[in-house]
Amino acid sequence: MLGYRIKLAAVALPLLALTVSAIQAKADETRLLLTGSSTIAPIAEEIAHLYEEKNQDVRIDIQTGGSTKGVIDQRRGLNDIAMVSRRLKPSESDLTAHTFALDGLAMIVHEDNAVEDLSSDDIRAIYTRKKTDWSDFGDDGGEIIIINKSEGRATLDLFLDHFGLIPPDIKPHMVIGENEQGIKAVAGNRSAIGYVAISTAFYDAEHGVAIKLVGLDGVLATVENVANGSYPAIRQLNLVTAGEVSKTTQAFLDFAQSEAVHEILDTFHVVAPSR
Amino acid sequence: MSWPQAAERRAGQGAADRWLAALLWAAALFSSGIVFVIVSTVAVEAIPFLREIGLTRLVSDEGWYPTYGRFQMTAMLIGSLVVAAGACVLALPAGVVSAVYLAFYAGRWSGRIYQRLLEILAGIPSVVLGFWGLTTVVPLIAKVEQPGTSLLAASFVLTLMILPTVALIAFARIAAVPDAYYRGAIGLGFSRWQAIRQVVLPAARPGIATGCILAFARALGETMAVVMVAGNIVQVPTSVFQPVRTLSANIALEVGYAMDVHRSSLFASATILVLAVLVIFAVGRWVAREDAHV
Repeated sequence: MLGYRIKLAAVALPLLALTVSAIQAKADETRLLLTGSSTIAPIAEEIAHLYEEKNQDVRIDIQTGGSTKGVIDQRRGLNDIAMVSRRLKPSESDLTAHTFALDGLAMIVHEDNAVEDLSSDDIRAIYTRKKTDWSDFGDDGGEIIIINKSEGRATLDLFLDHFGLIPPDIKPHMVIGENEQGIKAVAGNRSAIGYVAISTAFYDAEHGVAIKLVGLDGVLATVENVANGSYPAIRQLNLVTAGEVSKTTQAFLDFAQSEAVHEILDTFHVVAPSR
Repeated sequence: MSWPQAAERRAGQGAADRWLAALLWAAALFSSGIVFVIVSTVAVEAIPFLREIGLTRLVSDEGWYPTYGRFQMTAMLIGSLVVAAGACVLALPAGVVSAVYLAFYAGRWSGRIYQRLLEILAGIPSVVLGFWGLTTVVPLIAKVEQPGTSLLAASFVLTLMILPTVALIAFARIAAVPDAYYRGAIGLGFSRWQAIRQVVLPAARPGIATGCILAFARALGETMAVVMVAGNIVQVPTSVFQPVRTLSANIALEVGYAMDVHRSSLFASATILVLAVLVIFAVGRWVAREDAHV
């Protein structure tokens, strides 16, 4: 019986100590909570690390769940800053967007695919199944396997906007959620086509994942072309707030839009907007 | 325990027993209360959808395009049922064979190792199984028929997930069959296999059926692995190679991004899922009871 009690104490006491120290830590620290886009989250994570190094009294927590969730959280006061990887909608005019980076949507195919460039018309024809075989585009990959994003995702919104399509027009073979799931699906299927954030696709393609970024309307899907604005399908990466913000929040917003984060943006293949 | 028995026990109880009884009552009330709170929250969130769109459009709408005002869910309900049923069809024979092996054929050490393996399989997080399915199983299926993400892939990954449940429950049920049955059968000149097939397995059948129902309900609710390998196209599949979307996968894919009626519609689908699981449990109990009478 005594042995049992000692064991119980051995588990419970450190837990208690942890809890107490966590509560104490919270008292002399300012916390910021960022929620929203899974595209922005890894970038924000790095920016937050850098910011925490320079401001020891600030802790920044980052949670994903999508741009729209970020907006909902911001309106309900559940976060300090929303991460939104698209332009704000007209229905969101109560919010303020701080654009800290630009990203593009890249069409991706398997690395063995011979196709180098597709026009916006081609993409429309493929996604509405008017053209169903890679032979239409000089490749021997057989029937085109279309990968689409699930409804509500920021990348889907950008895709629909850019190509002027509505959800029922698109006849996909596969529907995915996160960017990485899309990349894994294309890397594992010689005949697939999908679209994900250029940042994620570029990074993975450089690190040996079996995908290829296809040019759009004769413009290569590269970081430079996103930066100089010549790439057609571009989106904003925004930090979004509502109304008056706290000093801590404002300081972080300023930091995220300063030169100090450019190195981080480079590693993620997104670019700061020119001001 | 029947009531007279309970009353007899109550007659002899002291203060400590009464405290314990009160504590147990409180614990039981608390856990059943939480179930009630969860179910009612989900149902309440579904009300705006029922008010604005209504139940009939769950069936009559053309396809599922929630941001475009179309809310048909029958294809996804069928998807859920077919994927889970497929998993059970695969897991039942494999599970029963595993259990028979464990109970009658395995040596001391090989049996132990096999049982540990099953337990490890049960412990693999579903997202890991899903990831493995997407990178290994799906490309294999795609070689037979594109696009690979399919009903078959989903059912197969789910099979791995529910196999330990089916096997370990079946094993427990077979072990619970009185030893005299088996020895009696052997004594009457049955071979080992005949005794297992004609005496032990029929005696264990109600338990195995219950295990199957539990596994089916688990398969119906499983989400992460299914999202990764099912392809998630909203359609009634006409072959095992076609992609499907299950109700739970649909909720996982869209709930973080859904607003207004779309969000409410997902809660409606969650309510349907809960009701489906309840019906299955009810059917399961009924089947088990009918079977026990045989």
